[in-house]
Amino acid sequence: MNREDRLKRQEKIRNFSIIAHIDHGKSTLADRILEKTNALTSREMKAQLLDSMDLERERGITIKLNAVQLKYKANDGEDYIFHLIDTPGHVDFTYEVSRSLAACEGAILVVDAAQGIEAQTLANVYLALDNDLEILPVINKIDLPSADPERVRNEIEEVIGLDASEAVLASAKAGIGIEDILEQVVKSVPAPTGDPDAPLKALIFDSLYDAYRGVVAYIRVVDGTVKVGDKIKMVATGKEFEVNEVGVFSPKATMLDELTVGDVGFLTASIKNVGDTRVGDTITNAKNGTTEPLPGYRKLNPMVYCGLYPIDTARFNDLREALEKLQLNDSALQFEPETSQALGFGFRCGFLGLLHMEIIQERIEREFKIDLITTAPSVIYHVHMTDGSEIKVDNPSNLPDPQKIDRVEEPYVKATMMAPNDYVGAIMELCQLKRGIFIDMQYQGENRVSIIYEIPLAEIVYDFFDQLKSSTRGYASFDYELIGYKPSKLVKMDILLNTEKVDALSFIVHNDFAYERGKIIVEKLKELIPRQQFEVPIQAAIGQKIVARSTIKAMRKNVLAKCYGGDISRKRKLLEKQKEGKKRMKQVGSVEVPQEAFMAVLKMDDNNTKK
Amino acid sequence: MIKAAYLHIPFCEHICHYCDFNKVFLKGQPVDDYLQALDQEMKMTLSQYPTDQLETIFVGGGTPTSLNEQQLDRFCESINRNLPKSENLEFTFEANPGDLSTDKLQILKDAGVNRISLGVQTFNDELLEKIGRVHRAKDVYQTIERAKAIGFENISIDLIFSLPTQTVTDFQESLAEAFTLDITHYSAYSLIIEPKTVFYNLLKKGKLPTPGEDIEAQMYGMLMEEMEKHGFGQYEISNFSKPGFESRHNLTYWNNEYYYGFGAGAHSYVNGSRRSNSGPVKKYIDQIKCGVLPVFEDHLVTKAEQMEEEMFLGLRKTEGVSIPHFTEKFDVDPLKFFENEIADLVAKQWIDVKSNHIFLTKKGRFLGNEVFQSFLVG
Repeated sequence: MNREDRLKRQEKIRNFSIIAHIDHGKSTLADRILEKTNALTSREMKAQLLDSMDLERERGITIKLNAVQLKYKANDGEDYIFHLIDTPGHVDFTYEVSRSLAACEGAILVVDAAQGIEAQTLANVYLALDNDLEILPVINKIDLPSADPERVRNEIEEVIGLDASEAVLASAKAGIGIEDILEQVVKSVPAPTGDPDAPLKALIFDSLYDAYRGVVAYIRVVDGTVKVGDKIKMVATGKEFEVNEVGVFSPKATMLDELTVGDVGFLTASIKNVGDTRVGDTITNAKNGTTEPLPGYRKLNPMVYCGLYPIDTARFNDLREALEKLQLNDSALQFEPETSQALGFGFRCGFLGLLHMEIIQERIEREFKIDLITTAPSVIYHVHMTDGSEIKVDNPSNLPDPQKIDRVEEPYVKATMMAPNDYVGAIMELCQLKRGIFIDMQYQGENRVSIIYEIPLAEIVYDFFDQLKSSTRGYASFDYELIGYKPSKLVKMDILLNTEKVDALSFIVHNDFAYERGKIIVEKLKELIPRQQFEVPIQAAIGQKIVARSTIKAMRKNVLAKCYGGDISRKRKLLEKQKEGKKRMKQVGSVEVPQEAFMAVLKMDDNNTKK
Repeated sequence: MIKAAYLHIPFCEHICHYCDFNKVFLKGQPVDDYLQALDQEMKMTLSQYPTDQLETIFVGGGTPTSLNEQQLDRFCESINRNLPKSENLEFTFEANPGDLSTDKLQILKDAGVNRISLGVQTFNDELLEKIGRVHRAKDVYQTIERAKAIGFENISIDLIFSLPTQTVTDFQESLAEAFTLDITHYSAYSLIIEPKTVFYNLLKKGKLPTPGEDIEAQMYGMLMEEMEKHGFGQYEISNFSKPGFESRHNLTYWNNEYYYGFGAGAHSYVNGSRRSNSGPVKKYIDQIKCGVLPVFEDHLVTKAEQMEEEMFLGLRKTEGVSIPHFTEKFDVDPLKFFENEIADLVAKQWIDVKSNHIFLTKKGRFLGNEVFQSFLVG
């Protein structure tokens, strides 16, 4: 292609994302767009095509991004090239959303016609505005009986301040309004600007690891052209590679000769380490490349930490390999070896959030078949010592002796919750319980309220979201951002089983709640740990002081009753099952402890909400 | 050599809330075709896997006594025609109290049945109602009287404890009633809540007030004491009898010996294989009609599994596992083969090794499963 052709082609490119609150119909709309642009025959069409990982499909959320190239013949008779870039729908992955938005010129904002604007809608809109995107509002699910598109149209104008007069009324599920949306993309989303002859500038907005190709970098070309055989350089890391393949997903991977301005596709270059292609970094030419990276690269820092231990201690190395493999596709995952007296050898792992943690844990158990013990999640505490030094603690059992501590600071988030005003009381009560500091409350339209609190992150990572949902019958939505550290009166609670301290069960708690939580947790543990061959006392202690105690009773009776007409195989199966169940437990001293017990600290508030 | 046969009658007039055996409502079932199929199955099996003579026959269900008189007569005739029997055959019929008319009892007696096993469960009428039984305590006394009058001398009853809302006192009262009966044998099982039962569904909804592990253990302890006091020897975890009246059929299972299993869903252990038959009545009948054995599952038991089973079955018996018998059967000394397991369990005082036997201690009887699991080493 010459310069003329490239520029002409560039005119016809439209790059956009779909942003939405979870469940507002983003994936369904993406499917419809794919269908409408004939990207797939109907036989290839699987529901929610873009969510390709099993886990994503099961949980109905998007974790890894996808970018597809689509051809669209518009009503003006011209052929357009669309790049649709999918974004993850969960707050844990905000950074990935912002990177994928950086690869676009426009965003379709999907709002549920019944539910209206939610906290994540707002958060995503702000991200899109930060990236100077053209936003096309779409009011989805208009075929629902409870739909109220005019109210939602007003909300979009009042709450976000967008002109919603041209918002498409659509039902992705019923296929209503899809063409209007595509026409608006053609009309309103600007074509990419950029010079195909300038030095290469391509944004890496995602990457994954392929066993045969090495790292596959998902890129958006901003300036210049990249061809097979080109020598390229990563601006942030300075590493150089030779390009093996370039191409696009349409949605099947299709190899091309080059990618040029406006193109969204992939690139492989025998890159062995995902760390060399950091999401947000800029790719340029190895020689005469740009020295000005595209804006926006930042290193991701985990917010939540937990210990992962193999139940079978012999599988420590397998676990290391599993984590290494997962890290290839997920640079946000961090881990380093640690040792627990109770659990043996394992890893302290850092995650973007609780969902991220659960996903990694599930993938290790499912894809690598390693049974895990996961310790309760913790945040990073900043501990200021009396000698003036400062240490960072990501594992509660490492909190130093109270005498040596001057003060402890913990991370706070600004939490934004939106809900119908009937639930204001419930939300405030919950935030108060979670040590929240009230900041602001605003009415959004007639019946909706947004409430802002500052809450310790540690309270959020437990089960805040679940509790918020249950105390507002699912109506509240929630988003948060880290705002920094504040001092708190925190103490370490130790748990003793059979009078021995179990380090993996230690947790950090606010002094004012310590006694109550101690009581709750020993009762919870009593429920979760099955009867043992002998009586086991459970104690909660702060320092040397026992603050609560309970007892797991000794096993009294466990024997098969009747013989089912000579069905010995069934007896055998039952015994095997019981034996298998024991293997899933961790031997801690002389006590067999199931996985759930290590998460007991998360369940403590069950009792509170039930009151 | 095969010395035992189990026959299954999968029909019931009422279905109990705890029962997960293979059974269907009697009404509308092809009972006569079923009996015909059973006849065929015996014939086919015996020609393929012959035996000299059977020591025990056990007819269970379902409810064998739900058959009418003609059916019962025909069924017994079929058994007697197909199965070779030894002189001192133990021939048991399971029955529901209330089902056994004098006529039916006479048919059984004439056919050579010499042992009756009654599903009494409890003497508390309220509890009987709660667990979905239709008989009442008075039916038990009447049935046993009738059976004795016709000449049955070997009568057993089944009791269930740890029933929903049952107290230790309540179970004690049921036991006291049971001891007034002047019979030879008792089986007493603690209630197990199995999937696909009414009780299981209630339990999942949190609506089944079971007494719990501590009460259950108390009941079991009390049961063993009372039985001993009244002269009934415990020969297995759940079975008690007057001397010489142990159920030889049940012992076949615990001795890890072969047995035939005839009927829909029946289990057998023949020629090294544990098999189960097709459960659905229609499927069972159709397979027989096509001239094939209605085998659903067939597992050739490996030597390792046989040794495990010899242990976890044999340990159910009070006398335990005979070391010389094990050694002769498998050419391996169990004390060596299971050296670590046995050492651990002896240390816990759950088993003991004495006079050439490995057996559960009294403490171990409460925790049989913990012991049995240890011997699953494969």
